[in-house]
Amino acid sequence: MAFDPRPEAAVPAGAPGGALPTAPEGVSASDRGPWYLAYKRFVRNRVAVAFLGLFILIIVFVLAAPVWATHVAHTGPNETHTLEKLHVGGEIREVVTPEGKPIGPQLFGAGGKFFLGADSRLGRDEMVRLMYGGRTSLFIGIVSGLITTIAAVILGLLAGYYKGWVDAIIARTLDVLWSLPVLLFGIALGVSLAVGGLKIGPLELSGGSIWVPILVISIFTVPYVARPIRGEVLALGQKEFVEAAIAQGAGSGRVMFGEILPNLASTIIVFFALNIANNMLFEAALSFLGAGVQPPNSSWGTMISIGEELLTTQPLLAIIPGVMILLTVLSLNIVGDGLRDALDPRAKVRLEAHAGMVEKEGTAV
Amino acid sequence: MTTENLLEVEDLVKHFPIKRGILIDREVDQVRAVDGISFSIPRGQTLGLVGESGSGKSTACRAVLQLIKPTSGSIRFEGQEIAGLSRRRMRPLRREMQMIFQDPYASLNPRKRIGQIVGDPLKRQGIASGSDLRKRVQELLVRVGLASEHYNRFPHEFSGGQRQRIGIARALALQPKLVIADEPVSALDVSIQAQIINLLDDLQDEFGLTYLFVAHDIGVVRHISDQIAVMHNGKIVEHGSADQVCERPQDDYTKKLLSAVPIPDPRESRVRRQGSTATS
Repeated sequence: MAFDPRPEAAVPAGAPGGALPTAPEGVSASDRGPWYLAYKRFVRNRVAVAFLGLFILIIVFVLAAPVWATHVAHTGPNETHTLEKLHVGGEIREVVTPEGKPIGPQLFGAGGKFFLGADSRLGRDEMVRLMYGGRTSLFIGIVSGLITTIAAVILGLLAGYYKGWVDAIIARTLDVLWSLPVLLFGIALGVSLAVGGLKIGPLELSGGSIWVPILVISIFTVPYVARPIRGEVLALGQKEFVEAAIAQGAGSGRVMFGEILPNLASTIIVFFALNIANNMLFEAALSFLGAGVQPPNSSWGTMISIGEELLTTQPLLAIIPGVMILLTVLSLNIVGDGLRDALDPRAKVRLEAHAGMVEKEGTAV
Repeated sequence: MTTENLLEVEDLVKHFPIKRGILIDREVDQVRAVDGISFSIPRGQTLGLVGESGSGKSTACRAVLQLIKPTSGSIRFEGQEIAGLSRRRMRPLRREMQMIFQDPYASLNPRKRIGQIVGDPLKRQGIASGSDLRKRVQELLVRVGLASEHYNRFPHEFSGGQRQRIGIARALALQPKLVIADEPVSALDVSIQAQIINLLDDLQDEFGLTYLFVAHDIGVVRHISDQIAVMHNGKIVEHGSADQVCERPQDDYTKKLLSAVPIPDPRESRVRRQGSTATS
């Protein structure tokens, strides 16, 4: 195997009296940890690498929003151009016709203005909104993914490590959360927060803040990550290396974060990637239904919602943000799957078998 | 009996409750894993604890180390009572007693380098740090038959026997007085078993260690032990010097265990087989 030239048993298992051959392997072999092997396996997965590239492109695309807005489109995401005229080639066209039909995609016909047309009778630049909306959507997805993951890891560790009543309280609470109809409850919470805002002590959220959907999404996705992590902690807690750490005088915190957490890393990474994708879909659904990102701010979900009104005349207005969501979620899912295959030693066998190669390495975990 | 006992265990009991219930668990029964065992180990000697799987040997080990709380009984280490000590109060004593685990694949954290695995206890107990730590760990690795170059490797790069050596190095890092070895060789090939047992034997002489050596194979234990205690269903059924237990077993269960030890000479083996059929 190219990535691991040292079969496990290459070194004789200890000759008596310490007469072990000293480092008979190549120099490069010495520091190859599980991360290196996982990286090698991931790189071999061409599809996952390609979709990782796509995801990075999407990130670059949304990060370039201010550049495009100031230098190409000369407008902001929330600026309206209802009554303005546009010089396209030689002719002059209205951004929004008197009947209320927004202009279609101009590409570079107007020097980059209204590249994808205008979004509605308000005459906002669709391309600029798409880029800024992507920022919002990705920001919500990633931040709520972070919040979810951190909360889920802490809850999973506590529940899985302490067991007993700690586990009972955490696990039952998560069960309750899980049993709620997520979307309905999310809409209800989102709408009520969007109307009334939120005030807990010094923390204050105005209704239009994007932290409202972030909060709603984070709360409802925690059980989906915390449960599998709890299960894994339960299994890891039985391992002898945990007992060994305790026998050496390690405290609970040390055992949880020093011994168990590193073994959760692969699970956490995979769940994080998949969670972002999930959250973006959740955000899109909430925003589409008016319970997520509030106007005039754009997100891909709100853009679909606005475009839906003009589906018959300007179908691209709904399709383009829809395709962006699709591509982002698809790339995250494929990257997540690729990460899981690369990080999970059991998946390795499947990968090798698929590639028609036989690997005789112990499936030592 | 003038030798001082390093460890004295008296009437140690560990019962595991069997719980059942939908919302509120209630205890319906108990598993008497360890049911009142007593033994003592003089300083520098080895007590072999033998018994079939499920006889409570491992539970007894863990209870002695306070990895699980014993139900009742007394455990005195250097005369100090440690049964029921809190985790915090127990911490300084951890240096004095270490454990070697049964499964070399589960007892080393797969995400840590060997240097960390062996060195962490030293760092944790504030014994060494920096380059001194590295040097001490490398010396230990060499002492247990590995190479100092193995410092930066991960556990998955080692065979079972080598991993067990790492586990031994980790246990010895804190220079304990008592080492509890919970079936340290039962997961290994027979040829490697002998190497590990010889290593443990050498280390005992070198560092003046006291062993509580657990195994299910009485043949393995006989070689290294001064005394042997035979456990069956949570109780010690026979206890005596190694030779006495192996040569003149009193208990039926001990006899059964002894008869399971393979005899390298086929002629003798045949004699034993005929003997056992004649008595039955």
